[in-house]
Amino acid sequence: MTSTVRVTDVTKEYGRVKAVCGASFELNAGELVALIGHNGAGKTTLMKLMLGLIRPTSGSVEVLGDNPAAGEFSGRRQLGYLPENVSFDAALTARETQAFYARLKREPVAKALALLETVGLGPAARRRVGTYSKGMRQRLGLAQALIGHPRVLLLDEPTTGLDPELRQTFYEIIERLSAEGATVLLSSHALTELEERAGRVIIMNRGIKVADGSIERLRNIARLPTRIRLKVTGLAPREIPSWVPGDATCRRLNGRTVEIDAAPERKIELLHRATAAGTSVEDVEVVPPSLDELYAHFLRQSEQAP
Amino acid sequence: MNVLIIAAKEIHQAIRNRWVLAATLLLAGLALSLSFLGSAPTGNVGVPALDVVIVSLSSLTIFLVPLIALLISHDAIVGDMERGTMLLLLSYPVARWQVLLGKFFGHLAVLAFATCLGYGLAVAAMAATGSRIDSDSLMAFAAMVGSSVLLGAVFVAIGYLVSAFTRDRGTAAGVCIGLWLLLVLIYDMALLGALALDQGRSISATALNAMLLLNPTDAYRLLNLTGFANVSTFAGMAGLAQSTSLTMPVLLAALLCWTVVPLGLAALAFSMREL
Repeated sequence: MTSTVRVTDVTKEYGRVKAVCGASFELNAGELVALIGHNGAGKTTLMKLMLGLIRPTSGSVEVLGDNPAAGEFSGRRQLGYLPENVSFDAALTARETQAFYARLKREPVAKALALLETVGLGPAARRRVGTYSKGMRQRLGLAQALIGHPRVLLLDEPTTGLDPELRQTFYEIIERLSAEGATVLLSSHALTELEERAGRVIIMNRGIKVADGSIERLRNIARLPTRIRLKVTGLAPREIPSWVPGDATCRRLNGRTVEIDAAPERKIELLHRATAAGTSVEDVEVVPPSLDELYAHFLRQSEQAP
Repeated sequence: MNVLIIAAKEIHQAIRNRWVLAATLLLAGLALSLSFLGSAPTGNVGVPALDVVIVSLSSLTIFLVPLIALLISHDAIVGDMERGTMLLLLSYPVARWQVLLGKFFGHLAVLAFATCLGYGLAVAAMAATGSRIDSDSLMAFAAMVGSSVLLGAVFVAIGYLVSAFTRDRGTAAGVCIGLWLLLVLIYDMALLGALALDQGRSISATALNAMLLLNPTDAYRLLNLTGFANVSTFAGMAGLAQSTSLTMPVLLAALLCWTVVPLGLAALAFSMREL
């Protein structure tokens, strides 16, 4: 895999505040990476560093083989960025805005204007941006980020303000781009949305990278229990079935459901035990730890570490 | 190329926002009224009225053009940063100096258009109503319009400098109003007061010249009121015109410096600024 973005031991201080502290990672072509963390965890700062809008206090950032903070950085031509709370000049229409940005990237204007249809701006594209709602500005923001097949896409909270339908289209577009080899880095609070899509997750807390890897890998590291819910018949209320090992936490959810917290590698063993004991299991549901839970786990862990 | 793209967008925006219209109407209205009111008292004495109009119009320019220039330019950087549009623009393959220069040419084009059209209308109206206009006066008038645009450039550059250093738009506007008052009104009054108190004892002619060059509006005033023989007679500056060593090239150079230096400093401050 070829790396497109390389962040090496980067620290960024604003006065006494350390916005990013010793972060290192590489992003590769074709990766769809979710950057998650609290407000103020350093997500936006990281993106600004990659864009060269700010310079790191120490460490180095390399994007598409160049230092982004060096003046008229040509790599920006292959870079799409959607800032958090994107805004445009209110006096111009969406078409004029899109044409302006296409010219700056030396991309054909007609192709850039076609993107306005893709994001569903359609007829509204001839209206002034000043009259737009938040969701429509977000669509335009997306359209400008997609100009000219970017090799690196940095999206800061891209789905806020988008309706569910466009959210779906949005993920389709970026999944296609990443399949074509673009690096997509997106920060979001909508963790459930990212869970199914992101191939890799980077968790930030107070400027420090606390976790980095695919969701499976993070689940393995975190060793959070998988919840197994069994719908059983013939158990008295509050009775804990005898086949549940003594070291497993077990709860009764309602009259018929037993919930067991199982260590990842003991899932199958538990199911075996349940069936072997002759319990009549009507239904089974296996819930692996969600991204929400993983996130909370890694945050707790990093808070406890000195 | 990038500079032109950004300049074109600034002009487009200024047309949309009615800035062009407002500035042109303002300058044309005042120029027209001055040219007719101003020529009325002298109209019959056989004076080429245009020379009188140049005197009154250049005095008007000193107040108005810097004000318009600062209004357009004071939020060019800090305003775009506050609105968040600068963040996106700088993520594109443009250098910051290109953004600044593009804005400068765009704003200057707006100002030049308004000045040329507004003042040009006044001359056209005078010609149409039968005023005698000789070629000397026309030259002086053209020089006046040209130097007015240059004065505009000076204040656009000063506005950028303020914009590059301030943290919010309100402060930028306040600082610009202060600078306008200082350069257009207070400086001359203070200079006059100092000269009157000094009675020519310690302030030499060279020092006075230097002090006049230190204020772009004074350089502009001298350029127009002493530069042309006819005009200086009516401006009451004929005596000064003969004695001053500040020739036209020196005054022009001063105005150019007043444009290039603030613009360069603004570019420097902007390039070091973090978003």
